[in-house]
Amino acid sequence: MSPTLAAIFAPGFFTSAPVAIAASVGAVAAIVGGVVGVFTVIRGQSFAGEALGDIGTTGGSGAFLLGAGALWGFGVAAVAAVSVMELIGIQRPRGRDLATGIVLGAGLGLAALFLYLDTVYHNTTGATFTIIFGSLFAITSSSIPLVLAFSAVALGLIAALYRPLLLSSISPELAAARGIPVRLVGAGYLLALAVAVALAAFTIGTILRSAGRGWPVSFFVVTLIFAGYLLAGLLRPRRRAPITSLPDPTAAPAQS
Amino acid sequence: MSGEPPSDRNVPVLALDRVSVSLAGRPILREVSFAIEPGEFTGLIGSNGAGKTTLFRVILGLQPASGTVLLDGRPRSRRNPLIGYVPQKFALDPDAPLRTRDLVGLGLDAHRYGIALPSRARRTRIDEMLEAVDARGFADARVGTLSGGEQQRVLIAHALISSPKLLLLDEPLANLDLPSGQEVVALLARITKEQQIAVLISAHEMNPLLPVIDRIVYLAAGRAASGTTDEVVRTSVLSALYGHHVDVLQVHGRVLVVAGAAGELADSADHAHTRPQVEIIS
Repeated sequence: MSPTLAAIFAPGFFTSAPVAIAASVGAVAAIVGGVVGVFTVIRGQSFAGEALGDIGTTGGSGAFLLGAGALWGFGVAAVAAVSVMELIGIQRPRGRDLATGIVLGAGLGLAALFLYLDTVYHNTTGATFTIIFGSLFAITSSSIPLVLAFSAVALGLIAALYRPLLLSSISPELAAARGIPVRLVGAGYLLALAVAVALAAFTIGTILRSAGRGWPVSFFVVTLIFAGYLLAGLLRPRRRAPITSLPDPTAAPAQS
Repeated sequence: MSGEPPSDRNVPVLALDRVSVSLAGRPILREVSFAIEPGEFTGLIGSNGAGKTTLFRVILGLQPASGTVLLDGRPRSRRNPLIGYVPQKFALDPDAPLRTRDLVGLGLDAHRYGIALPSRARRTRIDEMLEAVDARGFADARVGTLSGGEQQRVLIAHALISSPKLLLLDEPLANLDLPSGQEVVALLARITKEQQIAVLISAHEMNPLLPVIDRIVYLAAGRAASGTTDEVVRTSVLSALYGHHVDVLQVHGRVLVVAGAAGELADSADHAHTRPQVEIIS
């Protein structure tokens, strides 16, 4: 290992089991997130995605309270959350955000309650720190089949719904005119989003767990994500504008 | 106007009989009846709020209504393979990863589940359709980066690729400058004559459409009058439709519909939605 890396990472960091698990689970979650995320952006439902991540805390802390697997907690909480969002049933984009906000508020309230109960019923010293630094959500290799199953559900849903979902994401009116059940397709997509976010939230826990010596875990998370983002920006293919139209002015500036 | 209605009068591609719709207790459409023959180019003219979009939603089966709607002689089904539709509102982010050819391809099979398998036949069909609407030049550009006129052409290709018998266009000229609008109208006239597709195109201004439409359906205060332009756009017919006097003026082949006498104007000022707007000569 190079001296630079050795200053940051403990010896044997890359060969340790938790790191290997975190890397593989992270890779799977990244693939699922990439596929589902495209539709999140087209549909303008980024807020729902963000909220589901936060609501994962509710699931994770609830599962810890019951002694159930953390991934089940994330999954159940996210699916329950999207079900309530659908039940509120506002379809206009801004109205949808309202439904998301209501569910997010309830979810965070429940999360606070569960975290409090976790510290009361699990008489562990430093339980709060366990939770804050993520080791609460650490996983073992036995969770990997479940991770793969969750991924298959999310990717399978997107693949099955692909064409009707794409058209209803671009224009609900065009889709409805063709007899596509827009509402049902949207609900199916939210389900895939819930599963994808559950996976992602779970992965954050494993990454936090596998962090190096002495450095705050958030440093690694932020640095890695930022490095990936920069790399993606540099490697982005420069699409040439078609000859018949002017260059796209919105494509030029790098994103902030 | 230009061209006679097709002579083979067998089954109308669309027939509405006494269609009425009320939304929240307010009557939007009252006993609207008209028929469109195969290959006919029909203008649906009415001011904003006259019920044009509601009428389209009824034809598409998205809005429950009393009365009957027959497509090709049969009651409509949930999916309407006979109808192609171009909505009024279409806004796509320039960054949305969707190329022109993707949107046209979705017109072919968006109702099917699963991912479209690439095939030579599918690609050829999409290329032909892009060619038909002069969209080859931006076939691989993102739809969100196209101009309004270009997007209209792509949406028309999306609607036509499944070979419908009736094409519905909701205010396609509303957001276009005059040359782009004329381009779209000319394109529609050409394609529909070539492929014998009936067109129902809505507009709040009839003049840009007068050179190409065979018939007109004039919508005012929820009621409709239909026929050739000369039959419908007359002082007597439109006055009866609006429920008060309007004047129809012909100026160099263009038509101007003007609300009645000054006293009546003041009288109807609080019924703005039922008052005919003055059509501006372009």
